[in-house]
Amino acid sequence: MWTFFHKLASPPHFYRLAKTLIPWFAVPGYLLLVYGTYAGLFLAPPDYQQGDAFRIIYVHVPAAYLSMMAYMILAVAGGIGLIWRMKLAHAVAASAAPIGASFTFLALATGSIWGRPMWGTWWEWTDPRLMSELILLFLYFGYMALRGAIDDTAKADKASAVLALVGAVNVPIIHFSVEWWSSLHQGPTLVREGGPAMDTAMLYPLLAMIFGFTFVFGAMLLRRIRTEVLHRERRTRWVKDLVLAD
Amino acid sequence: MKARQQRMLAVGLAVVGLAIAAALTLRAFKDNMMFFVSVSEVAAGEYPKDRNFRVGGLVVEGSIERDPGSLDVTFTVTDLRCDVAVTYTGVLPDLFREGQGVVAHGRMNNDVFIADEVLAKHDENYMAPEVAESLAQHVDEQTASLQEYDTECGKS
Repeated sequence: MWTFFHKLASPPHFYRLAKTLIPWFAVPGYLLLVYGTYAGLFLAPPDYQQGDAFRIIYVHVPAAYLSMMAYMILAVAGGIGLIWRMKLAHAVAASAAPIGASFTFLALATGSIWGRPMWGTWWEWTDPRLMSELILLFLYFGYMALRGAIDDTAKADKASAVLALVGAVNVPIIHFSVEWWSSLHQGPTLVREGGPAMDTAMLYPLLAMIFGFTFVFGAMLLRRIRTEVLHRERRTRWVKDLVLAD
Repeated sequence: MKARQQRMLAVGLAVVGLAIAAALTLRAFKDNMMFFVSVSEVAAGEYPKDRNFRVGGLVVEGSIERDPGSLDVTFTVTDLRCDVAVTYTGVLPDLFREGQGVVAHGRMNNDVFIADEVLAKHDENYMAPEVAESLAQHVDEQTASLQEYDTECGKS
């Protein structure tokens, strides 16, 4: 079992493995997105309160979920990189940050567009859910800026891993913000006692979108890791052989 | 202890320490983290008197009165224990209706909340209109049982 992990952590091995894995993420991912988009727009009934405006949930919820998921990957990979001195883990964290930041921005933007007609406001500066998600975006920005500011890769890896671990405390705060404090934002619809509070005709397209987003995220992450690994190992034998072979 | 185990311990302790620090900070600022105060807190006088604040609750059935000549509207907000009267001038969000959760921003003036902004809340339930209609009867029974809530409300 340990040999499997040691092999997994080897950059050339992972570089090849990622290439094989990408279609296994991308193909089901895009299929789920096509089904989820169609079913979300045309098969799901309008909501009893919000009418057709609720359909933005099919982008908002997957984006918000991945914004937190990507940050957990950042923190866990950073921790593994610090403890086991695994270079590949740092490459994973570095690759995940811009994708996570994009999903955070998407969650904030769709939430704002949804909030204007339903709540009556684009943005509320004192709302705990809105603020904790905005802090997440700034954490991603800080993480990427810190990486960019340090030329030495090993030092950049260590410093940014510490920042990722410190910021991880924000992720549960985002999730529980609507339960701990009063917020304009609704409580959880899917992960709650008594099961999802949603008609199945609306729920299945949402689950398809969540899994579709996740698979596509996986494919994007693997592609970015491949590039990151190549860049980091650019002076090694195997990369030179790879280039010469072309 | 090996170097790797030391690093593991350091990272673990740092994460736990941060979590505790964050929890204590959030506890200390609990009241400031609230987006709105409840109607009961307003009725008990537990609200900021020197500045504007937000109050959240449900719009009482049949309490909405619109002035035909202007955008003035008055309604009552409840948390099923206490009531507070609200006056507002302006455009209300689409979701504003009887029984809906709303958050009003403004200040108290002689037991009346003068709002300068009214926002609507929606809950975590999503369903088709037909399903909502068949549920409505059940909900009516539920609200009927909650009619006698005024008893323990300490109005000042």
